[in-house]
Amino acid sequence: MSTGADFGEFVRRAAGAGTLVVQPRMGISDPARMRAGLLATRRAGVCTAGTITLDSYTRVGDHGRVRAALADGDDLNGYPIVDHPVDVTRAVLDGVLAPDFAVQVRHGSGRPQRIVAALLAAGLSATEGGPLSYCLPYGRVPVAESVRAWRESARLLGGARADGVRPHVETFGGCMMGQLCPPSLLVAISVLEGMFFARNGLDSVSLSYAQQTNPDQDREALRALRSLAAELLSDVDWHVVLYTYMGVFPRTPGGATDLLAQAARLGVRGGAARLIVKTVAEAHRIPTIDENVTALRVAGHAAARERAAIAMTPQADCPDTGIAAEARAIVTAVLDLHPSLDTALVRAVHAGLLDVPFCLHPDNPGRTGATVDADGRLRWTRIGDLPLRGLVTTGGRDVTTAASLLRSLSYVERRWDDETMERAVREPARG
Amino acid sequence: MAETAQSDAPAAGLHVVVSSVASDAHTWNLVYLQLVLAEAGHRVTNLGPCVPAELLVARCLTVRPDLVVLSTVNGHGVFDGTNAITALRAQPELSATPVVIGGKLGIDGSHGTAHAEPLLAAGFDAVFEDGAGTAAAFRTFLARIGTRVRT
Repeated sequence: MSTGADFGEFVRRAAGAGTLVVQPRMGISDPARMRAGLLATRRAGVCTAGTITLDSYTRVGDHGRVRAALADGDDLNGYPIVDHPVDVTRAVLDGVLAPDFAVQVRHGSGRPQRIVAALLAAGLSATEGGPLSYCLPYGRVPVAESVRAWRESARLLGGARADGVRPHVETFGGCMMGQLCPPSLLVAISVLEGMFFARNGLDSVSLSYAQQTNPDQDREALRALRSLAAELLSDVDWHVVLYTYMGVFPRTPGGATDLLAQAARLGVRGGAARLIVKTVAEAHRIPTIDENVTALRVAGHAAARERAAIAMTPQADCPDTGIAAEARAIVTAVLDLHPSLDTALVRAVHAGLLDVPFCLHPDNPGRTGATVDADGRLRWTRIGDLPLRGLVTTGGRDVTTAASLLRSLSYVERRWDDETMERAVREPARG
Repeated sequence: MAETAQSDAPAAGLHVVVSSVASDAHTWNLVYLQLVLAEAGHRVTNLGPCVPAELLVARCLTVRPDLVVLSTVNGHGVFDGTNAITALRAQPELSATPVVIGGKLGIDGSHGTAHAEPLLAAGFDAVFEDGAGTAAAFRTFLARIGTRVRT
């Protein structure tokens, strides 16, 4: 069985060499095409990590439906790692995993034990998720049960160390709801889930943050994330992974590409070691392998150019608008609830110390709100019982309407698509 | 946001159940639909993401809605939607309840009516596949249902 690079170590070495690792969100149900996608990722010509994203029936644990689809030859929206025989997955990875190429399994399950067992059996050891981040935004699994399931999964992964591999887990906490979650809560959940993994025996983690609506605000959030992590995760190997915008994506190829390049520049300036890319197909459908490879190259090259630009002209620091103080207040309040972080996380959600705007999960209190303000920054419109009193002014009444929600949701899409269309008008195609 | 968070609305409005399907975790579509329906004067029970057919049936038997709106964008809408409507129609109390589905219904990114036919045959009253004019078509349908239920 081939073994890949130690995921955390590989990313750390790339960061040390001044290279941003770029990674797709690729998942294909057919094993041969999944293998082709991984090989194309590895050979993209920039520093990449591979991804196997699982299908959504596997995510919700409906294995009967997965097997029926496989038997009927139906396409699934990702790779069903639990139901493809382990030999099939090993064959997908044979000759793909290498000392300079690691593969991460991405899924979204609140009960990931079978997924973790399957990825370990196939020779993989890197995955992502978390007891809150893979629970609150995505389903109906109670938070208490998700915490138990993720504790079991973390220990299952940690057990693989006996076989000489060092498992790696990335928290998805910086991506809650994809958009419209103010940065301080994203940073706080990322750090809390990183601590959850560390306390459950993992010593190689990554902390996520998703690009939001304003580059200065995002740089400030990344700075807050790194500073809290340095303090609270000093005993584990960690890096920051940035996600290209996870909300409503620009529909024009130009707008989508510009937004991706901006994410790469933000990653470099914000001290991220890895970037999850998006493609020009994002607004329309699941991207092809070629579209993913193009996105990896666009991001890798934009990052390299930005690194060179910073070397010429050192960057000015972005102002502190209070993200670090807010994130610290949330993390501290949660940790103070109970000596066991597992218990503290469950109680924090029930008490509203963690309360994600617009999240429909039955356990989420739903007393917070957020919007994109006039200068394109995310801000709270309601803080509910979040421990942010004295730190945040919400500026009066929350008047979210269907129209205002749509404006906030599509702010990024409009900004980048409009810019592309204006450019097309100013500079008509030559020849 | 609690599962049964209901919006203040005039009593004359419809009681609408908004829900995702079993395998779909997306929720912005549901949040937006809730606001649209509430602003049009309807009462909304939002069941949220990943709603298995049995849960959808159980909630509809309790709530007895005037309209059920299923919204899904993960590409499994034809299979999950068919399961859901089959389970709903199997209940005598729900056999005549208006039930519609909309969103991105297949994984191939096709627009228009590619997936409507099997879903209509399975028992949906209308299918709103993502594309130009979908929102207007949904509003028209809503107005028509409103008239039918009130008269």
